[in-house]
Amino acid sequence: MWDWDYAWSILPELAASFGTAFSAMAWGFAMACMGGLILVAAGRSRLAVLRLPARGLVQFIRNTPLLVQLFFLYYSLPMAIGIAPSAFVTGVVGLGLHYSTYMSEVYRAGIEGVPKGQWEAAKALNYNGRQTWFTIILPQALPPMIPVMGNYLIVIFKDTPILSAITLVETLLTAKNLTSVSFRFFEPYTLVGVLFLIICVIFSFLLRRIEVRFNRHHLGSKQGASRSFGRRKHERTQPNVDNREVFPG
Amino acid sequence: MNALSQTSTIVKYSQVKKSYGDLEVIKGIDLSIAPGEKVALIGPSGSGKTTLGRMLMTLEEPTGGTIQVDGQLLWHEEKNGRFVRAGEKHLHRMRERIGMVFQHFNLFPHMNVLDNVASAPRKVLKLHKREAKERAEAMLAKVGLADKIDVYPSQLSGGQKQRVAIARALVMNPKVMVFDEVTSALDPELVGEVLEVIKDIARQGDMAMMLITHEMDFARDVADRVVFGADGRIVEEGPPKEIFENPKSDRLQSFLGRFR
Repeated sequence: MWDWDYAWSILPELAASFGTAFSAMAWGFAMACMGGLILVAAGRSRLAVLRLPARGLVQFIRNTPLLVQLFFLYYSLPMAIGIAPSAFVTGVVGLGLHYSTYMSEVYRAGIEGVPKGQWEAAKALNYNGRQTWFTIILPQALPPMIPVMGNYLIVIFKDTPILSAITLVETLLTAKNLTSVSFRFFEPYTLVGVLFLIICVIFSFLLRRIEVRFNRHHLGSKQGASRSFGRRKHERTQPNVDNREVFPG
Repeated sequence: MNALSQTSTIVKYSQVKKSYGDLEVIKGIDLSIAPGEKVALIGPSGSGKTTLGRMLMTLEEPTGGTIQVDGQLLWHEEKNGRFVRAGEKHLHRMRERIGMVFQHFNLFPHMNVLDNVASAPRKVLKLHKREAKERAEAMLAKVGLADKIDVYPSQLSGGQKQRVAIARALVMNPKVMVFDEVTSALDPELVGEVLEVIKDIARQGDMAMMLITHEMDFARDVADRVVFGADGRIVEEGPPKEIFENPKSDRLQSFLGRFR
């Protein structure tokens, strides 16, 4: 059933195809980080014209499937606006938009994890708004966000095969194309799975090192509390990761 | 409202009220504090003492009345000849004169002790890094923590944390400082060291102090005047000797009875 010679022969092509997956992940993640920042800022705004659309968008995107969003962006939207970006650009925008709503939640939880007393102390010392954010709040809010954000990086990476549904030739579509030539299904898809597994395990390992480094300094009692928040968050996002393991296309 | 400049007071509450929804916690308070005066606020929990201090620190906005600090309205500013709700800029300017020490310290856990104290002088007062450091070190020496400057707050005892918080507030050189139940979160054996530090500051400083406290002996020792509040009103006030040895109202008598 399993042909080692065939497996070895397709391995270089499959491995090379991860280049597309990596750049889709990197751009999608960058967009999600930026978009999440905009969404959390708008969502916390005092102005209802910013706050309500931001919260509405978050609800809308979170309650529709990523695949449907991608189909809409790739097939429907170009008809309406008259420009058709490439599959890669559409895929990055789709991933970025989708995960920006989750990232905004990560930011929100991180910010709200900083005790109210820290804001009050900053005010009592007469820090202005910007100084309060950059000197007091963000240095405490960011370290517990790091593992959760890293988690989403992995989730986004594992979502890149979905982009094959909008014709992006990434790893899964490469494998599929191989099967249509050789009519051997077992090796290509198994190898794709194994390669994803290896890469994700390496990612997780690197992330844990970063996390340790970030938390090495200043482990106050409050910091400890927010770290457990980080872990809770991690667990909560885990089922999400598992749900996405099955590619519906 | 325009005749504000009274130099004999640093803080003046006039008919100050505060409600949370239907619940009125401060029901019209008049209270003046002279420059350098040490005023102790005592009273049962829920009497609104802390709210009074928090309104002075601009952490809570009064729902009625006015507060003047150094002759200027705190929560109002003049715009086009009318007094309107103060904007952030006005509040920022007013806060230069006010400091606060919190019950739960609220130290910055991501900064070491020195940076906790030196950060605001640098960022807010725009002092040179070296000068901010020197001032912070001097202040930490004053509260007896010169040897702890490199340590993070999590490694300090409660009493040490509160002393850092006191140094952090003092280094900004406010004209009036609110001490909000600064020993209530401390283990009993650590209360003394913090009170000693405050007594020390009270003796040498020309800074006015608003001491919200449950420590009656401390109030008697440090305060020039003791204000007893209950149910959102001031019930009785006077020199410590009067208040503690010759309480007039029934409320104060029964309140003090609990401490004997």
